Amino acid sequence: MSVAGFEVEVDRGSGLETEEMTLNMGPQHPSTHGVLRFVVKADGEVMRRAVPDIGYLHRSIEKISEKVGYHGFMPYTDRVDYVAAMFCNQGWGMVTEKLAGIEVPKRGEYCRVIAAELNRISSHLLAVGTMILDIGAITPFFHAFREREKINDLLEELCGARLTYNYMRVGGVAWDLPPGYEEKVLAFLNQLEPMLDEHYDLVSENTLFRGRAASVATISAETAISYNLVGPNLRASGVRYDVRRDEPYSVYPELEFDVPVGTGMAGEVGDSFDRYYLRVQEIRESVKILRQCFQQIPDGPVVAKVPRKLKPPAGDAQIRVESARGDMSWYAVSDGSEFPYRCKVRTGSFAAMSIIEEISQGLMLADLVTVIASLDIVAPEVDR
Amino acid sequence: MDATEIFERLRAQFSDKIVSVDAEAVDPSAVVEGDAIVDVCKFLRDTEDLRCNVLTNQTGVDYKEDGYIEVVYHLYSYTHRHYAILKVRTPRDQGTIPSVESVWKAANWLEREIYDLLGVRFSSHSDLRRILMPEDWVGHPLRKDFVEPTEYHGISTTRESLLR
Repeated sequence: MSVAGFEVEVDRGSGLETEEMTLNMGPQHPSTHGVLRFVVKADGEVMRRAVPDIGYLHRSIEKISEKVGYHGFMPYTDRVDYVAAMFCNQGWGMVTEKLAGIEVPKRGEYCRVIAAELNRISSHLLAVGTMILDIGAITPFFHAFREREKINDLLEELCGARLTYNYMRVGGVAWDLPPGYEEKVLAFLNQLEPMLDEHYDLVSENTLFRGRAASVATISAETAISYNLVGPNLRASGVRYDVRRDEPYSVYPELEFDVPVGTGMAGEVGDSFDRYYLRVQEIRESVKILRQCFQQIPDGPVVAKVPRKLKPPAGDAQIRVESARGDMSWYAVSDGSEFPYRCKVRTGSFAAMSIIEEISQGLMLADLVTVIASLDIVAPEVDR
Repeated sequence: MDATEIFERLRAQFSDKIVSVDAEAVDPSAVVEGDAIVDVCKFLRDTEDLRCNVLTNQTGVDYKEDGYIEVVYHLYSYTHRHYAILKVRTPRDQGTIPSVESVWKAANWLEREIYDLLGVRFSSHSDLRRILMPEDWVGHPLRKDFVEPTEYHGISTTRESLLR
């Protein structure tokens, strides 16, 4: 061939093949939202495999449960998922109540739902905000975190903590709502809804964002169910299933809300954009639930009388809670003593993490960040 | 379909492979022979009116006094909204259970976790390695006779009490 007027001989033989690269992403990487590692086999920019390596945040929470008793374990459950700690509190409360046959007073249940739904909004705002940040836009992240900060203030007023709440107790909640709480929460909700519209215009309709998220890492309903993907990730794949509606617990049967599913509005059903947009829609549903809660909440005690040394009868029980990251399944075994014999929590991020190896095949290297963010993986929840 | 009916169907299909059924418990469950677990799971998943399409949880419990480890399978049906809880008992030493990875992919990681923390082996599992603990860790921490090591690679695992 000729290059710049000179005849050159080019060897198209052995010297030109590309090698498969092995890259380490993490354990310290800003987009992993915690500490986790991927071993990526890449051919240029295309991933052949991305194998997750977890366990960096393993704090043996299940083992701790066997040593601290039923009441004493409550603060530890916060650390299972510190972005949405209310649901872990609620899960542990519910599984112990099921074992011991304790009934929570109505007002206590409403307090739980109010706290949990506020927490769901804050967790979804974090998920949505950081997904956009990971993809490369910084302003919407600040918008989302501005709102999240207000929820942190509200929850701090409720229970004194901004992240690890330890608000719930076996048999109810620790404190009643503070005076004037309803007005404050409603005022917050009133200004949140216009913000969501603004967010929609800024992000959801944004061509660049859609280009990065639409039709990326599509998960079919069958794959999602086989991997036991739960919560928003499952619903984004088109499966209309929400534990709050389909296996109702607490006071959810008395509340009206919709269960949105992925529609493929920007690409295919079950793509990264669907998973993102589903969370935005769920924030609106949580707002609806909160409004109804304040209309319906009765007077009365917020916590049942529970013995300080709780000894549930021997047996095992499991419950499921719709956490911000989906169906969180708690399984506890009692041997009749004051310490749990075994406790196991299966979290949404654990399942979401295990699916990455399969769905990342053939994606661009940069899309791995989109995949992690769109599945809303929180590393401590994977490892426990 | 409620749990009693599901377990009756299992009894009719697998007879002596279903060791016992506890219908009185808070969550009714059935104890299944280890070598039949894959067939039982496939039957529960593929039969039209059972259709337990998801493995929501799988875990192990070490019953040291009774001398076995119990692996618990929580199955759920998105189609019919019912649960089926199965239990498989295996000896504490060298316990091996067939893997249900071929039925649900979710079992891959869940079984790795059970192997890591309780030391139960799963035959025909595609990738049975430790998942949470370091690869060179000795022992399985959720066993009731596990003794916590005093140090790991020179790092002490205990510390002086701050309360004097």
